Amino acid sequence: MIRKGLFFHIGRYFILMKKVFAKPEKHKIYYQQFLKEIDNLGVNSLGIVAIISAFMGAVITIQTAYNVQNPLLPSYLIGVAARDSILLEFSSTMVALILAGKVGSSIASELGTMRVSEQIDALEIMGVNSASYLILPKILAAMVFNPFLTLVSMVVGISGGWAIGTLTEVITTQEFILGIRYAFIPYYITYGLIKTVVFAFIMTSIASYYGYYVEGGSLEVGRSSTRAVVYSSVVILMFNLILTKLLLS
Amino acid sequence: MIEVKNVTKSFAGRVVLDDISINFEQGKTNLIIGHSGSGKTVLLKCIVGLLEIDKGEILFNSTDFTRMNFKDKKEVRKQIGMLFQGGALFDSSTVEENVRFPLDMFTDMLPHEKRQRVNFCLKCVKLEKVSKLFPSEISGGMKKRVAIARAIALNPKYLLCDEPNSGLDPMTSLVIDSLIKEITEEFNITTIVNTHDMNSVMEIGDKVIFIYKGQKMWEGTKDGIFTADNQHLNDFIFASPMSKKIRSLAKGGGI
Repeated sequence: MIRKGLFFHIGRYFILMKKVFAKPEKHKIYYQQFLKEIDNLGVNSLGIVAIISAFMGAVITIQTAYNVQNPLLPSYLIGVAARDSILLEFSSTMVALILAGKVGSSIASELGTMRVSEQIDALEIMGVNSASYLILPKILAAMVFNPFLTLVSMVVGISGGWAIGTLTEVITTQEFILGIRYAFIPYYITYGLIKTVVFAFIMTSIASYYGYYVEGGSLEVGRSSTRAVVYSSVVILMFNLILTKLLLS
Repeated sequence: MIEVKNVTKSFAGRVVLDDISINFEQGKTNLIIGHSGSGKTVLLKCIVGLLEIDKGEILFNSTDFTRMNFKDKKEVRKQIGMLFQGGALFDSSTVEENVRFPLDMFTDMLPHEKRQRVNFCLKCVKLEKVSKLFPSEISGGMKKRVAIARAIALNPKYLLCDEPNSGLDPMTSLVIDSLIKEITEEFNITTIVNTHDMNSVMEIGDKVIFIYKGQKMWEGTKDGIFTADNQHLNDFIFASPMSKKIRSLAKGGGI
């Protein structure tokens, strides 16, 4: 991609988004694409999300247990800390960053390959709004399915914490359950899901932008894929800060 | 009919098309020939609006395509079938799905009607038996034929082919050329073919346009090529040692 300034990219990103959210040519075709993307981007990510969540939940529990080794602090605080870390930050932000790597690079390389092999040009010449046809189903699929991934991550993460906590005997099942129920604020789940939807939009739209505008050959496709992951991760972190300030203050 | 009038296109100050004017006639195979990098593909992309021109007009049946709004451009594009150099088939779809795509997108045909149309298009390019295969499972020549089938699926008025024979053996090239010729005549469409394959010129060229460094240098029929007095055209046509030998023999009355 030709080296251009930040404002050029921001401007072109919004122009692309305008094209993406134009009226679809045929709703039925878009719906079929949407279902395909649910499978590609969402269902195929279930495994990695579950594995990472289980291990992260376990690590959070062990680290918290290590830090609250004090007779004045009750053991159930391990459960409280694990729950809040997972609900507030890990299952939304960390999972979004992991998916930005997996899904983001996949989207950028798919669209980039379509661009360099003239498949996008072929769509345009047929009279298809290629941006909308290729990108809109991906964005919507991620925004619809990622909250489900987040919920899975929350459940698996807390379960992982409980499993490792009881296996290593740093906490009993009763204390852990007491911890995860203690002073529980349901809004934390809503907060996590709101963040997830925003992050899903960011990761898919930025990755699509870098893939859609690839210029050159296969080398550029690889580079755009890397850029997609880096920039979507940075923007996710920025929006994490903004949303946290807006939603929790 | 497609008319290109005084079209100029440059990239970062480098002029690639310099005040080109050409009439592409209906029912004929119009060939654009020239060296690699002479501006043939850029001209084709300008005609279909993939690249914006700096100056000039591109008329589809006397209506200026460059000044049309997005909606009207889309309507014109639905009448264009384009064959790209690499085929540009959708990798994740089978041959059948590739050919069916424009029908799914732009028609309200019933499933059995679509099936019939897809079968007809694949029959035109003699590829009925590979309909269930993916592009990665077929040869380069087959990919080009599938791309032709997809290009004619919506009964286009215009067929544009960008180097349809690149990377193909002479026999397969002949098949592709014959297909383009047949389709042009049968459906009475305006066909533009970019090529630097002289066999194609002799096989299908009803009208030939030679472009050199972004300028139109010569225009005529395939028969007129060998008697043309344009030095650049002669250098292009008789570039290979064999063709030079044939030419010298022809001049000396040896053949």
